[in-house]
Amino acid sequence: MGKRILIWIILALFIYISLPFISDFIPSHELSYVSQKYVTDGPKEVGAQNLVTAIIVTYRGLDTLGEVVVLFIATAGIGFLLSRSRGKKKKRRESSIILQTGTKILFPLIIMFGIYVFINGHLTPGGGFQGGVVIASGILILLLALPDNPLHEFLLSFTESISGFAYVLIGALGLVVAAGFLDNKILPLGKFGQLFSAGAIPIIYSLIGLKVGAELVNILKHLKND
Amino acid sequence: MEFVLIVIISIIIILAAIFAILTKNLVSAIISAGVVSLLASIIYLMLSAPDVAMTEAAIGSGLTTVVFLYALNKIRKSGEDG
Amino acid sequence: MKIITGLGFILIFIGIWAMLTRKNMIKIVIGFSLIDTGIHIIMVSIGYIKGRTAPILNSAVDKARALTEVVDPVPSVLVLTAIVIGLAVTALLLVYVVKLYKYKKSMNIDDYGELKW
Repeated sequence: MGKRILIWIILALFIYISLPFISDFIPSHELSYVSQKYVTDGPKEVGAQNLVTAIIVTYRGLDTLGEVVVLFIATAGIGFLLSRSRGKKKKRRESSIILQTGTKILFPLIIMFGIYVFINGHLTPGGGFQGGVVIASGILILLLALPDNPLHEFLLSFTESISGFAYVLIGALGLVVAAGFLDNKILPLGKFGQLFSAGAIPIIYSLIGLKVGAELVNILKHLKND
Repeated sequence: MEFVLIVIISIIIILAAIFAILTKNLVSAIISAGVVSLLASIIYLMLSAPDVAMTEAAIGSGLTTVVFLYALNKIRKSGEDG
Repeated sequence: MKIITGLGFILIFIGIWAMLTRKNMIKIVIGFSLIDTGIHIIMVSIGYIKGRTAPILNSAVDKARALTEVVDPVPSVLVLTAIVIGLAVTALLLVYVVKLYKYKKSMNIDDYGELKW
């Protein structure tokens, strides 16, 4: 009984704390100081149409690198906790013919859409994270339709490690050739709004997309029942 | 018009969240948690954040639901094995 | 958008309530993901400015007057990365639930009292 009263006291305190936030909330009328700098100088300095991409890949590139590392650590933890238990392969029920045929048609299209999303990350909404997730959901269909065929382990780990390594390598190249770590001006900025513009942003974002996709496929593969 | 739409979506989100907590069926709980994420992505689109809306629609309502269902399946299988 | 900020706080409230009162461990993880969604909604609603468009400087936005035409891009960036991390953390929590279930064959959080005293 005392526990229940304690819980309601905690919830009442949460409401007491959060009410001022809601009642005194004033919608902002202009951009914050940092954002003003990003919006005015972003197109000139970075050359990316999508300002969100410009901030993720260039201005806050180090944060994104750290975020990919956190994702990697979480995946490694999942792989460690769910390490392969003894063989004992059970014969699985075959998936239906509709799912199998649909997968054959849809799988290449989904992968292609994912690649489109992260290559155009600097022009349209989207980017490495979204594209990686789309690719992971494409491979999820494959896992559902063909449960007996295991994924190519080597290809998966190869993609993951090479894209992570190349990401850091391109970042370090910016240290030598351009102004600093993860600077995108190691390639010419090009014409604003074209596909091949914004320096190294499409390359870096594609690498992030491959890395995120491989990590998420790893999570799904470990959680899949076998 | 936009205001009415936001109010309707907010009410559905709150009801789905409460249903996810109160229902006895775990699969229904997981699916309605996915509905919360899917409708939240519409809210992001109305707040002019299309990047966030794409991510939330793909991750929140797609992959998170699948991860939950896989985990539930694994728990049920390990219960059968004894 | 005051109403959307309020919605975010309500979602966080429901999530905390679920984490404190539910006994089923999957329900606790669902509560965690509701708190996640609520925080993201609050952060995006802070960056919104009424009547402005998305921070993408294509032909629809005049680049010279972009300062008065686009919403704040920084909250979008923070939320974008937070969502991906949220999925990884949720998956990790679920894996712990699976491992705990294999250890004691129970989904009830009250059965795991080893660290209580």
